[in-house]
Amino acid sequence: MRISFLIFWFFTGMTVLVTPLKENFGQVPTYSFEQFEPLINKKNDTTYVINFWATWCAPCVKELPDFERLNTKFDHKKLKVILVSLDFKRNKESKLLPFVEKNKLRSQIIHLYAPDANAWIDRVNPEWSGSIPATLIYNHNQRIFHEGSYTFDEMVTIIDKLITN
Amino acid sequence: MMNMKQMIFFIALFGVALIGNAQGYKVGDKAIDFQLLNVDGTMVSLADFSEAKGFIVMFTCNACPYSVAYEDRKIELDNKYAQLGYPVIAINPNDSTVQPKDSYSEMIIRAKEKLFPYPYLLDADQTIFKAYGATRTPHVFILNKEGEDLIVRYIGAIDNNHEDATQASEKYVEDAIEALLAGRLPKVDFTKAIGCTIKVKK
Repeated sequence: MRISFLIFWFFTGMTVLVTPLKENFGQVPTYSFEQFEPLINKKNDTTYVINFWATWCAPCVKELPDFERLNTKFDHKKLKVILVSLDFKRNKESKLLPFVEKNKLRSQIIHLYAPDANAWIDRVNPEWSGSIPATLIYNHNQRIFHEGSYTFDEMVTIIDKLITN
Repeated sequence: MMNMKQMIFFIALFGVALIGNAQGYKVGDKAIDFQLLNVDGTMVSLADFSEAKGFIVMFTCNACPYSVAYEDRKIELDNKYAQLGYPVIAINPNDSTVQPKDSYSEMIIRAKEKLFPYPYLLDADQTIFKAYGATRTPHVFILNKEGEDLIVRYIGAIDNNHEDATQASEKYVEDAIEALLAGRLPKVDFTKAIGCTIKVKK
């Protein structure tokens, strides 16, 4: 049982590595904060854009196309976009997965199920009061956090700066 | 009489206090009263509640799923603590041109559907949420009457599980009120939670 799960995990993991921009096809893993935390602390040559959103959050949904556009604007070895959904657990099947499929989202999508938010919000960024949208753009030597919406151009400016540094 | 130096000092202090208010309240700050339109058509102020020992001021709304998830818990809090001197005062800070579901008429409908036992007020010119420093819905400020003042004694979430009240292991607001009722300061006086942005008029 455990081995077959590991094999499955290995191969699905491989698929993501080889073709990172393929549509998600309903493959949205649900993570605890502990499982998610390594993704906001990578120390490699890639710059990461981590956006916290939810299908019910109108300003979040409005800016999703901009995050998707980043995938085509930048080389995906240099930039990785991760959309972290904070949708309620009971809405994953009924709202999140249909939304991802309908909008053909190509960024990596994680469903973060971590209701005890007071325990982890500061670990993303101490400046974050907890409202969404919120976005962390980081690489191994700089972290820029923003609570609220970004324009596409604002993000591009920040990413350009991080990538060339 | 104040000499010049003292005068400058006081002006500077006042300036710092003003800047501090622009950031919203911190625990220990003095909160302002307000006069806001309730869903029953009356204007409500905290001063109207002469018997109250304090207030559970909650910035909340119709549209935000987090606010909705906490609706029953807000009602329970008021049922439990209004009679003990700490009524819930709900304030919708959102602009209805940005979020039509949070209009005054929609507030009236929601209040009737859920039979809110507490006032549900509209922060129509969006000055009160800014003065308090609310950044999301729901966002709770517990005020305690101390002498003539209303002092902020807790800022944050209602509990630590928005999705399932039975799974909440920390009941922040209840614990804070119980502490105040026992004449103590809340042990946990500041928490964070995920919530919806406040919809500001464009």
